[in-house]
Amino acid sequence: MRTLRLSKGTGEKMALEIVEGCVNCWACLPLCPNEAIVEAHPHFLIEPSLCSECVEAFATPQCAAICPVEGVIIDELGQALNPPGSLGGIIAGLPAPAANPQVGA
Amino acid sequence: MTIPHLGTPVSASGCSAGSCGSKSAQMDALSADTLKKVQDHPCYSEEAHHHFARMHVAVAPACNIQCNYCNRKYDCSNESRPGVVSEVLTPKQAVKKTLAVAAAIPQMSVLGIAGPGDALANPERTFSVFRELQQRAPDIKLCLSTNGLMLPEYVAQIAAANVDHVTITINCIDPDVGAQIYPWIFWNHRRVMGREAAEILIAQQQKGLEMLVARGILVKVNSVMIPGINDAHLQEVSRVVRAKGAFLHNVMPLISEAEHGTHFGLTGQRGPTPEELQTLQDACAGDMNMMRHCRQCRADAVGMLGEDRGADFTMDKVEAMEIDAQFEQAAMQRRLALREAINAELEAKRNARHAAPVLQFHAPKRGRPVHMAVASSGGGLINQHFGHAKEFLIYEASSAGVRFLGPRKAAQYCGGESDCGEAENTLARTIAVLADCEVVLCSRIGFEPWGKLESAGIMPNGEHAMEPIEEAVTAVWSEMLKAGKLDVAAFEDQKRA
Repeated sequence: MRTLRLSKGTGEKMALEIVEGCVNCWACLPLCPNEAIVEAHPHFLIEPSLCSECVEAFATPQCAAICPVEGVIIDELGQALNPPGSLGGIIAGLPAPAANPQVGA
Repeated sequence: MTIPHLGTPVSASGCSAGSCGSKSAQMDALSADTLKKVQDHPCYSEEAHHHFARMHVAVAPACNIQCNYCNRKYDCSNESRPGVVSEVLTPKQAVKKTLAVAAAIPQMSVLGIAGPGDALANPERTFSVFRELQQRAPDIKLCLSTNGLMLPEYVAQIAAANVDHVTITINCIDPDVGAQIYPWIFWNHRRVMGREAAEILIAQQQKGLEMLVARGILVKVNSVMIPGINDAHLQEVSRVVRAKGAFLHNVMPLISEAEHGTHFGLTGQRGPTPEELQTLQDACAGDMNMMRHCRQCRADAVGMLGEDRGADFTMDKVEAMEIDAQFEQAAMQRRLALREAINAELEAKRNARHAAPVLQFHAPKRGRPVHMAVASSGGGLINQHFGHAKEFLIYEASSAGVRFLGPRKAAQYCGGESDCGEAENTLARTIAVLADCEVVLCSRIGFEPWGKLESAGIMPNGEHAMEPIEEAVTAVWSEMLKAGKLDVAAFEDQKRA
């Protein structure tokens, strides 16, 4: 049984959201305990009515715990669960940092 | 290696100068049981890879670890993964595609699941394909590749599915090295970072390796050589995995072009030069069998090693095919008949080595080693146009005989020509890749590349078209010796000039 959870602050439905930058890597899809993740284009989506943010099931939302891209899973306040820098900056869309002058020369 | 003399009976390895290099000698030394297991595996047996075909189906998209040489999105990475922008198949589509390919290419003998993510991060998808194929094409061997994180949990299922070849990518056994390669893993429902992540991954890989060996399942270990990070460490890895019973250790070069958008690509971590790779492979070869002919084929590769006929079997083409039980049965009979013929031919070659241990050519004691590049589309023959070659097989001829050093890509595959530079640069890059070679053997070659190769000190040679590679390499080396080209390091002088 799923219960709809509302945010204390806004009264909005609490659900995570996948935003632009997702590389459709599939990692999250089989992990979601509520089967809320949908294969879609241009990127995967979370069905808000199904998402429970994993609160009763796991210590951390499972999609965010395996997502390899920073900043693409956000909560209802727009906060990234994996903020920039938290995963070591491995993200498809990042601009290249300055090349290490010692290598590749 | 001792230098054999003319007329001296050669020892049981049988395979000295002029035949097939050290690898076949190693194969002869394997137990009969192991030999049988690998003899028609196009990835494991150097003899078989000329004759048999394999395919991978991209049915396992999810991954549970992050490697610094992988970006989840694009093609072109190190662990045989095509990237999720390629066609990800459902298990049902994967089964149909396999049956269609196995009907069209009777050499098909191995079906692998390697990605695009990790086979065991998608256990339901992976094992449902295996179960279905075991029913409908029981002659096809099944294999899978994994990063090893979930391996101990699935060893029993792997054995139950009759999978007899497993590849584990093991880049380190030291967590301090691992922390530089793996930023995080997904473990017990949470993300684990840094050294702790590497510790868990390494422990799982080693445990999985031991469990597979205990069940008699062949295990190959892949390692990605990352200069400055694990290059010095991989000899120890090689020693340990062999001691635990891994059958092959395959050292692959890091691929880290900046445009692939990987952490290593973006931070300027370079891959090894062909010379550095070969030096490490040589150092590890004393420890265990090495797989020099590895092509780092993609997870959706179809065909003989080194070729990819994936474009002939896109899902829309496969879906349009009618495949029924009668069709499947007939296709299997064709495969079995062809396999029998090929194995008989290979058996005859093996027997000939033992029966006629007299050297096939005079093994002179002088003459320096020469590297030669060969354009071949398979069958162990020089049968490819220079301009069509996507890779070259590198051989070393010397007074000790001929040995296979490994394949080299003519041009690394990337996001497409537009990412990889202009077409005219392709020849220049190919010449750079072959810099240590003095001869390139091919079936034909155009006028323009001929001139450019020659001025780079690499002599094109089309005189041995359609001949067996090792005989031709031997003949060319002998001619060079006779012409007095091998007495001095003329090549070195020429390269320096």
